[in-house]
Amino acid sequence: MNADLIVSIAVSAIAYGTPLVLAGLGELLAERSGVLNLGVEGMMLMGAVTAFFVSQTLGGPGLAVLVAAIIAAALAGAALALIHAFLSITVRVNQIVSGLALTIFAGTIGLSSYAGQVWGVGGQHGVHQLVKLDVLGLSDVPVVGPILLNQDAFVYFSWVLVALVTFYLFRTRFGLYLRAVGESPRSADAMGINVTRYRYVHTIIGGAFAGLGGAYFTLAIAPIWTDGLTAGDGWIAIALVIFAFWRPDLLVVGAYLFGALSSLGFTLQTHGVQLPSEFFSSLPYIMTVVVLAAASTTLARRRIGTPAALGVPYVREES
Amino acid sequence: MDLRPAGVNPTAANSATAGAPPAVAASGVTKRFAGGVVANDRVTFEARHGEVHALLGENGAGKTTLCNILTGLYRPDEGEIRIDGKPVRLHSPHEAQAAGIFMVHQHLSLVDSLTVAENVVLGWSRHGGVTFSARTVEAEIEEIAARYQMAVDPKARIWQLSLGERQRVDILKALYRGASILILDEPTTVLTPAEIDQLFSSVREMVAEGSTVIFISHKMPEVFAIADRTTILRKGRSITTLDIAGTDARQLARLMVGHEMSFDVHPRAAGVEPKPAPAQPPVLALEGVHVRGDFGIDALKDVSLEITAGEILGIAGVSGNGQRELAEVVAGLRPFTQGTIRIGGENVASGDPRDAINRGVANVPEDRMGTGVSPNLSVAENLILKSYRSSSPHSGPILLMGRAETQATALMARFDIRAPGPGTLVRQLSGGNVQKVVLARELSSGPRLVIAASPTRGLDVGATEYVRGVLVEAAKQGAAIMLISEDLDEIVELSDRIAVLYEGRVVGVVEAASATYEHLGLMMAGAAS
Repeated sequence: MNADLIVSIAVSAIAYGTPLVLAGLGELLAERSGVLNLGVEGMMLMGAVTAFFVSQTLGGPGLAVLVAAIIAAALAGAALALIHAFLSITVRVNQIVSGLALTIFAGTIGLSSYAGQVWGVGGQHGVHQLVKLDVLGLSDVPVVGPILLNQDAFVYFSWVLVALVTFYLFRTRFGLYLRAVGESPRSADAMGINVTRYRYVHTIIGGAFAGLGGAYFTLAIAPIWTDGLTAGDGWIAIALVIFAFWRPDLLVVGAYLFGALSSLGFTLQTHGVQLPSEFFSSLPYIMTVVVLAAASTTLARRRIGTPAALGVPYVREES
Repeated sequence: MDLRPAGVNPTAANSATAGAPPAVAASGVTKRFAGGVVANDRVTFEARHGEVHALLGENGAGKTTLCNILTGLYRPDEGEIRIDGKPVRLHSPHEAQAAGIFMVHQHLSLVDSLTVAENVVLGWSRHGGVTFSARTVEAEIEEIAARYQMAVDPKARIWQLSLGERQRVDILKALYRGASILILDEPTTVLTPAEIDQLFSSVREMVAEGSTVIFISHKMPEVFAIADRTTILRKGRSITTLDIAGTDARQLARLMVGHEMSFDVHPRAAGVEPKPAPAQPPVLALEGVHVRGDFGIDALKDVSLEITAGEILGIAGVSGNGQRELAEVVAGLRPFTQGTIRIGGENVASGDPRDAINRGVANVPEDRMGTGVSPNLSVAENLILKSYRSSSPHSGPILLMGRAETQATALMARFDIRAPGPGTLVRQLSGGNVQKVVLARELSSGPRLVIAASPTRGLDVGATEYVRGVLVEAAKQGAAIMLISEDLDEIVELSDRIAVLYEGRVVGVVEAASATYEHLGLMMAGAAS
């Protein structure tokens, strides 16, 4: 392997990993509050189509349009997450059922593709696209330049989000309360923490993050809209949260690892390496099994990981 | 002496404190739950500034419900709560805490995966602000802990602590937040005599500062040791409020239960047969047993114990000194790394619960709801959980549930399990009845060895007496019984011999008849052998 190959693997790892970072971070927040959101895929698709529609329709300077598109995508994801929050927190519907229903409702044969048709963005080619920045004018520095200093603003934004969420979780009171709500809502409630509010807020923010992840597809990876273009990234994001032991730093590692794996076949082909493409397309899933197996033993030994109340609705009055 | 029923005139009762309104008062409080259960029925109660007020009553008398109302966890259907004379409506624990009311629950309100310091600032911090400085909080906790002599490592995670230490954390949490009314729900269950003394001196310090401590207990000696006044609840109603100085245990017991109860009869004293000489090998013999604990270090070190048929061996010790591991290793739920365990003279396999069951080991585990029963299965199903391989009613692989329910009905009568029917889900039963289900399953097969871990924790007086009676009866039938309990009274009362565990070692085995509390207490504290 030469340096060139490593650089192009790293670059595509970041490109394909960024939606996973964003959506995974959102799922991580929701799960830390005890809400399992399986609707991520649907929220990503709604974010993707909404962002694309706004960027195609709005006039004005490119930057303003892109920012508006990104905000719209976040709102679309948040709106879907509000439904999930209402169903799973207030009505206490089974969270798995509610999440799956939302993914189907908003998914490839649902709302997102309907919106794509109604808004007529199906065959269009994108007007605006996020451009790669040349940070400090150093994008030509070997290896480091193309990987770290020549990304679009959204990538840097995702890094800021990761840092913010990490700080929030482990260095602020509200992050502490959030962890308590996901671990032991009863104790948190007894301590005067509003369990319902924490769950709503983090589920909705989680949905907004998923929307952002979707927007990255249509605004950065490829400026087009096709039905179901996230191709299961929402599910990988959910799996990543488990791999990462619900920790944002590990989530980034995992997301870029998966980003690298899902683009590996393509990258290697362009560098003249010939292997069956099926091998590469199966890599993420082989990886999933391996990491899960390793994770479960470590989990059992060190008792870190799954928020104890994940997926369990909180009912205060039990007679 | 104040013997007037508490319901008569709440304001008149304040005369003793020169017109100052009570710190907290409830009048006519009623709380109904779904299914028509009235947990509190027009309860009237008040606690003054600077007093320890005991709430007495059997399980199900409504003490915990009342406290949950006082702490804002439940809202009363009727009635009024007053703090310092002012009517309040507490909508959440947060509001109750803002008013200075804190409760240390039996099921502690701690988050296992967080540290002591993180738990203490959960939901409230002295510093406000957004960020959380672990170091500052840890220093503050150490200061309070030193003042009240409640040693605890603020950096430790809760799951690493013993139950006694966890309780200390919960109390520290309230003190850290400046509690002025502290409700302690059966706080002594998990403590040693020395720890109880320590707790009581902290409590006395609190009331000396003008705070109010509401003390929920079943144990008369403690109520007399610490409380100034007591309110007795029975079947959801407040019966009366009395000055402790003007009453006695017999009167309180009668008011609690509604009829006279005997506290003097020593269950073992009743059967006065001399102990049989140990001619046959002991039922259980541990020799040099080492067991690894959850954290990778040895939880049991070089433990050697014997129990003969018909004998009750009490295992005393502060929680977290290897009791749980001892119960688990004998039940085959945890492997041992060194030594031998023999049951009836034969070596048992390490960490093989089925081998233990086949050799006649019955296990009444500490964690009743988690390990003892399957809460979402019915009484009948729980009763056949262990015997499904052998004696349970089956035809090939098919369970004959009709016959199982008939058997269950018989066991329910024999073990006094109060449930609507054998099809009732176990999670709907009270703690005492759950324990009876466990006992019925474990003892009906005529075991050789019974492991009973904290068998009466959290049970009311009636259920406790029943459970103890069942264990004594099993010993009379020839079973060897290993009784693990943090309740020293229970150990002394029931055991023939008492072994004391300290930091995973047996520091002494004494005859119960010649044991003194001082000596046991010193051994439990690691100060004598």
